[in-house]
Amino acid sequence: MTNKSATKTESQELLPEGWEMVIGLEIHVELATATKLFSPAQNSFGSEPNQNVHPVCLGLPGTLPVVNEKAIEFAARIGLALNCTVQKCVFARKNYFYPDMPKDYQISQFDEPLNIDGWVDLPVAGTRIRVERAHVEEDTGKTTHVGDSGRIHDAGYSLVDYNRAGVPLVEIVTHPDIRGPEEAKEYVDEVRAMVVAVGASDGKMEEGSLRVDANVSVRPAGSDELRTRCEIKNVNSLRSIGRAITYEAKRHVNLYESGKEPIQETRHWDEEAGRTRDGRKKEDSDDYRYFADPDLVAIDPTPEWIAQIAASQPALPAQRREALVSAGADSEGAALVVQRDLDSLVLAVIEAGGEAKRVLNHATNNLAIEGAEALSPSNFADLVKMEADGALTSTQAKQVLAEMVSDGSTPADIAAKHGFEAMDTGELEATLDEIISSSPQEWERFVNEPEARGKLQGFFVGQVMKATRGQADGKLVNQLLAKKANS
Amino acid sequence: MVDDAAHELDRDEVAKVAGLAMLELTDEELDTFTPQLGAILAHAQDMENLDLADVAPTHHPYPLVNVMRPDVVAEDAGGPELRDAVLAAAPDVEDNRFKVPPALGGD
Repeated sequence: MTNKSATKTESQELLPEGWEMVIGLEIHVELATATKLFSPAQNSFGSEPNQNVHPVCLGLPGTLPVVNEKAIEFAARIGLALNCTVQKCVFARKNYFYPDMPKDYQISQFDEPLNIDGWVDLPVAGTRIRVERAHVEEDTGKTTHVGDSGRIHDAGYSLVDYNRAGVPLVEIVTHPDIRGPEEAKEYVDEVRAMVVAVGASDGKMEEGSLRVDANVSVRPAGSDELRTRCEIKNVNSLRSIGRAITYEAKRHVNLYESGKEPIQETRHWDEEAGRTRDGRKKEDSDDYRYFADPDLVAIDPTPEWIAQIAASQPALPAQRREALVSAGADSEGAALVVQRDLDSLVLAVIEAGGEAKRVLNHATNNLAIEGAEALSPSNFADLVKMEADGALTSTQAKQVLAEMVSDGSTPADIAAKHGFEAMDTGELEATLDEIISSSPQEWERFVNEPEARGKLQGFFVGQVMKATRGQADGKLVNQLLAKKANS
Repeated sequence: MVDDAAHELDRDEVAKVAGLAMLELTDEELDTFTPQLGAILAHAQDMENLDLADVAPTHHPYPLVNVMRPDVVAEDAGGPELRDAVLAAAPDVEDNRFKVPPALGGD
């Protein structure tokens, strides 16, 4: 649960001596359903204002909410991916007055959420982050503040668009187990990969499909106390999550070290200024006067239904990384390939006879290209074989691969088009001999001065590449040089 | 959600709850409503004296669970006509959005 290594933890390195960060995250995930959580209005991003509405999500009198079964399925898939217990749950009203909800309450879950007690293991940090709950709730509408400065405190008025009001959300809440900004970013990245993998969300932070609030406090390093925390809102990218957490933790340490204390409040991250600003004082949960929504009955998932959802879960990022490692990938390469969603391609190429190390090398270094996932595994495997057989140099292979992505041709056709042909060793040796005889001084030094050899090796390889218009295999040239120098 | 038993409601709590509900109560009204609300809560507290260990919590009078609908967009949902009808009922509108007094806080 905590970093027990003898070396300094990430948060101890960022903070003055003797302090550590205590971070809990709340991630709101918008579910990729066709309709809203309680209303049959369309759930889609980027529509014209107030086009995706219906009497239910406008809170018109006499309307009644009915739960979207797909939203419950997606929420349970997220819960299972997070190793949660999926349980009987109740919807509750969270009461507050704010124009983003036309009903003047938000339907959420309070003391009986759908998913409880899970965890996420972080592959790089090696830590386990406990998940307290992952509950279902409806999103709010979007208010835009119009005023002289554009800042909410000076707003002349607000404009409200209810397209987002009622969109299904899962809110994933961790225990305060995170100890630094890098760990926080890794957690968010892993959860994002999970919700995308199970098909529950597109996970796009830039469109607000995945939003993060960070609860940040600090404490003397190594203690287990929990001090006053501040909730940081408006962190809309992985980069701002890290920056906001570091800024806020340092602010707390400064307060404590000057004899003051932070107060519990909601603060907003100002990306441009690189700081947090105080927002409203945090309400007690009592102030929301939660109570079970009388318009909705409980959701009680049967063990059979849960088993069926579990059995039909797609492979999760951790399982996909493991499959790559079993096929011969290193763990770093495996993480990158899964992140790029190229793992099924890579596995198929290895299956089709491509040498694992070369396939991974291409996938991690040469395939950050749009459309790469659509490559034909057998063509990709053929390319790797051509490279392994010496028919293509690694530079040529990279170029051929890029063209395979853009036009779908076979590697043989592309290589032929460019005149990339296997130079046989005899031909290459003849070329090298010519270069050696026309550069006798360099050759003399190459053979007799070991300290000059590295530099001159570059010279000879360069000459060969020039003479062959880049078609020679650099590795083979080096082997030939070594052989000739030692003979 | 519910306070522990044997707590007597006081005037300040009624004033706070009224504030959360955006109700303005005069001093006289607070004097009137505090004992009335107190009597209702006292009645609810009578339940605390019963042995309910074997009774499952009841959220609802109906013995129903899992009332759900398929994820299908209703034919009468959304679109410019409904939007125009709804906006026509609003006191003030700008750019096809509801125009409201400045809202502070929230996100």
